[in-house]
Amino acid sequence: MLVILSVAKNLGIVWNFEVEVETVFGEGILKGLAETARNFLGSYVSKNRLTTVQYPEERLPQIEAYRNFPFLVYDGEDWQQGLRCVSCFICEKECPPKCIFIEKSTDKKPDAVGKPQFYPTVFNIDISVCMSCQICVEVCPFDAIKMDTDFELSTGNRFSGLLWDKKHLAKSNEHYHKIHPTEAAAVDAQLAADRAKTAAKAKAAAEAKPAAAPATPPPVPAGSEK
Amino acid sequence: MIAATEPVRILSKSPTDDGEGQFLEVSMGPQHPSTHGVFRMDVVLDGERIVKLKPVFGYLHRNHEKIAENETYLGSMPYTDRLDYFCSLTNNWAYALAVEKLAGIQVPERAEYIRIITAELTRFQNHAALIGFLTQDMGASGTPLMYAFRERETILDLFESLTGARMMCNYMRFGGCRVDLPAGWLDHAKQFAATLPRFLDEFERLLATNEILMARTQGVGVLSKEFAVNAGVTGPILRASGVNYDLRKVDKYGIYDRFAFKIPLGEHGDTYDRYMVRLLEMRESLNILNQALKDIPDGPIVDPKTKIRGFKPKPGEAYGRIEAPKGELGFYLISDGTPNPYRYRVRSSCMMNLTVLEELCIGRNVADVVVILGSIDIVMGEVDR
Repeated sequence: MLVILSVAKNLGIVWNFEVEVETVFGEGILKGLAETARNFLGSYVSKNRLTTVQYPEERLPQIEAYRNFPFLVYDGEDWQQGLRCVSCFICEKECPPKCIFIEKSTDKKPDAVGKPQFYPTVFNIDISVCMSCQICVEVCPFDAIKMDTDFELSTGNRFSGLLWDKKHLAKSNEHYHKIHPTEAAAVDAQLAADRAKTAAKAKAAAEAKPAAAPATPPPVPAGSEK
Repeated sequence: MIAATEPVRILSKSPTDDGEGQFLEVSMGPQHPSTHGVFRMDVVLDGERIVKLKPVFGYLHRNHEKIAENETYLGSMPYTDRLDYFCSLTNNWAYALAVEKLAGIQVPERAEYIRIITAELTRFQNHAALIGFLTQDMGASGTPLMYAFRERETILDLFESLTGARMMCNYMRFGGCRVDLPAGWLDHAKQFAATLPRFLDEFERLLATNEILMARTQGVGVLSKEFAVNAGVTGPILRASGVNYDLRKVDKYGIYDRFAFKIPLGEHGDTYDRYMVRLLEMRESLNILNQALKDIPDGPIVDPKTKIRGFKPKPGEAYGRIEAPKGELGFYLISDGTPNPYRYRVRSSCMMNLTVLEELCIGRNVADVVVILGSIDIVMGEVDR
């Protein structure tokens, strides 16, 4: 049986070909079956053809750039003291689905670079609304919010279980280093430079105006630097 | 809604002849809102033949355009991922292109190359998955789809290591891209691209001369050139009907004029041509991909003058369009100088291509409707928006 496949033709750049195949009826099916058989038998020999991973027991290595939901970074041991967030409300405003809710404190505490700053008394993220777009991370000027990689998050309570508060969101800088090593190293280098700049400025201010020294913030940050 | 006076009938008499044969109205397709990609057709049948077909959609409507008018320009970028969720990177590109036109932003060369690499990978995986789904609709339950998905998974791994997400990439930014390629990504992509011709050969051997596939697709759902142009159909479907129209050649957006590639065209406009055009387009995508991976220069990946926060383009309007894997995807924006667009409109290729469905189906059997619908390649996320 003569099967003519007029496959493709191009007008601008000439690419006009006709495939004429003389086949026995059913040959195409057999060819396809041979291909399937090759893959099936090959799966016993070649590891490349066995692509399935038996998930809960077997896991693929995590890809470094992977992101899932945001978390708040803190330095040092105490998560309440070390939170980098200064409750500037930028992420709340920029969040496309508006899943972040922040309340600002009335007093100040030293932040990651040593300046006295406000801190969030309430910081909630509604994970059921969050769409993992990473815009909060991009707009944060304080490197306070980053993306986590934890994906096994099923919960029995779809209301309070999916509304994460400050305590649930706070994770240490060490955790950040563990999940995104390259990115975290760059952030730490930047923060260290900022810290040095703030300390130098504070020192200069203290030298210029010795009377005002008690008002200057302590140059040592609350968190230890890695 | 059916008027109260009108009797509800399942069997309706033919409007043209009296007494000769009866028509059966069937609601075809799922309609539960919790399933994804819900599309329903009200078909009127004369025996097995389709007499009338009315697409019913809107089950996945999410108010995309109105949401975008209340978001900042950057804020709607992640929403564009969700239009055609198979091809988030090309959606990102179309939107970024529109905003770049609106604000007059230049894109660095490296970013242009990255955009082309990701767009062609997207096109490749979209077409591979489409052929898999098409054959699955025909009853080849699983095998071609799984072969396609095996390659698609590797492409999604590449996307994940670059953008952080497999499908909702949110990667393009106005004036470039979000992050640079991670170390080793290019080598990985080159290695992977080298394995793709083998996959394509295998895929072709698996299906291209399969008699069942040919019997089910050749001569089915013929779309004529004239009708395709009149209906505003774009993308591989239009090219399968023999119209040489590809925005990569027509508009030369980005830096597509630097690449040598061909546009596969069909001759008959039937389902088999639509299948074949996509298969050949995958080869051409690979061709572009190899050139881009070879030539990609070093340099910045984003225009440093573009602000992330407080981005306000000057008043004006712009229409940015690209050749997405499914056809022309365009974003029309009007700016009034505020941080939110005054008007935001998506010209969706899936929606336009779906309009020819009735024309293709009339006179065919019920079983062909599924095949024709599969070959049109719709994603309801983009149809309903």
